[in-house]
Amino acid sequence: MLSIETFIIVSVIKTVIAIFVLLTAVAYSVWLERKVIGHIQNRWGPTRVGPFGLLQPLADGIKFLFKEDLTPPHVYKPLYIAAPMLAVALALTSIAVIPIGNSITIGGIQTPLQITDVNIGLLIILGVTSLGVYGVALAGWSSNSKYSLLGSLRASAQMVSYEVSLGLSLIGVLIMSGTLSLRGIVDAQGGTFLGFIPRWNIFQGQIVAFFIYLMSAYAETNRVPFDLPEAETELVAGYHTEYSAMKFAMFFMAEYVNMITVACLATLLFLGGWHGPIFGPSVLQAILPVFWFVLKVFVFLFIYIWVRGTLPRFRYDQLMAFGWKFLLPLAIANLVITALIVALKS
Amino acid sequence: MLHLALFLIFGAVCVAGAVNLLAQRHPINSALSLVVVMGSLAGEYLLLGAEFVAAVQVIVYAGAIMVLFVFVIMLLNAGEEERTRGSRIAVLFGIPGLLVGSVLIAWVLIAHSGTQPVPLGALPGPPREIAMLLFHDFLLPFEVTSVLVLIAIMGAVVLAARPEAVEHTKKEG
Repeated sequence: MLSIETFIIVSVIKTVIAIFVLLTAVAYSVWLERKVIGHIQNRWGPTRVGPFGLLQPLADGIKFLFKEDLTPPHVYKPLYIAAPMLAVALALTSIAVIPIGNSITIGGIQTPLQITDVNIGLLIILGVTSLGVYGVALAGWSSNSKYSLLGSLRASAQMVSYEVSLGLSLIGVLIMSGTLSLRGIVDAQGGTFLGFIPRWNIFQGQIVAFFIYLMSAYAETNRVPFDLPEAETELVAGYHTEYSAMKFAMFFMAEYVNMITVACLATLLFLGGWHGPIFGPSVLQAILPVFWFVLKVFVFLFIYIWVRGTLPRFRYDQLMAFGWKFLLPLAIANLVITALIVALKS
Repeated sequence: MLHLALFLIFGAVCVAGAVNLLAQRHPINSALSLVVVMGSLAGEYLLLGAEFVAAVQVIVYAGAIMVLFVFVIMLLNAGEEERTRGSRIAVLFGIPGLLVGSVLIAWVLIAHSGTQPVPLGALPGPPREIAMLLFHDFLLPFEVTSVLVLIAIMGAVVLAARPEAVEHTKKEG
């Protein structure tokens, strides 16, 4: 066991690295989205700033920093300033419990590749998601404008509705793993069937739950086809209409960090986390689990962007009817069937 | 030592949030102070070792019930409180009197309650044990509570139904 000073220093280092990596990932997922959607729409996407447009996020960051930070006079200032900070802070908190690999040993200190392994890791992520509604609701209300209020009410109602089916779709996985700790859930997915089919939860019968989770996640992060609260033709820009420059960039970052968190969670719960073929010398063996994890998260993000480029958006009443009248009964049915099968097997 | 410090910090945040709830003039600030109170209570539960209860407190209380409160305040567009002419005597004698009274009552209760301060993590509640209690020993109260919540939902739907919408569905058969 590490002494308390070592533990604190190691945790601080891991936190700094995690936040740095996460923010860079956010910047480059914006680049990825613009390139992929560009190619889907038969155009190039950003190509001018750096090779393949790779420095575009840097240019965007500089633009946001230098843009005029306007505070309209009619807003309710304390909440107007606090809402984007709240959104980003809550979005970044989830990374604290997400494991990306097994333990590594550096300089005699062994530490798991996770900032903290809590027994209730999954509940913490669900809790942070529930609190994320506040950022949206307060932003729209404090902006004191029709479009913002309507957009934020629609967005919060949508997020609250789809949280229910999100949570229910995860309970099937919980029943099969028997633990709420994220590392425990991934460990229960090690090994293979028949020597080559990996023992991931998606292949162990949770495929319906995976699709319910996918759709609920799209609705939670307000992405197409559920992005009516942000659609330009409907509500100007929804809850972030009155925001400019850095505060808008904070909402933008919060949305992409939420996307990445959801992708990480899907990887851990349904796609087997960091399990994958391990081979080679011991340095490679330490890095390969992280590589498999990142690859799976990347595939999930690519599907997110692909769906954005392909589907039209739902009308609001269609969206709510879909969430309550289709996804929720399906999630409950999945839960009941999984519970029955697990109970009959044991 | 660290346990006492953490307990006092979370307790102070809780009390500060509660006092702020009363002192704020705009209801949305009061609602957000109540969210802070819920969060600090979750911290206190964590200090007792009841991590599942702490997480559920955040998810249900701070993340769903308080969101409902905030929605209602936003939709009703409740404005700031108006201040009437207060009474100086009430403030001069009332607030110290209230403080002294509550300190006395708290002291008497603690001195005669017979409970001891507990160490860190003294009341663990892993989800497995809570589930066994909830779905085995207390199954009937659990089911009755869910019927109660269902009745409340149906009452809300009936109260909020617009008369012309009800007429429309009646005409359609």
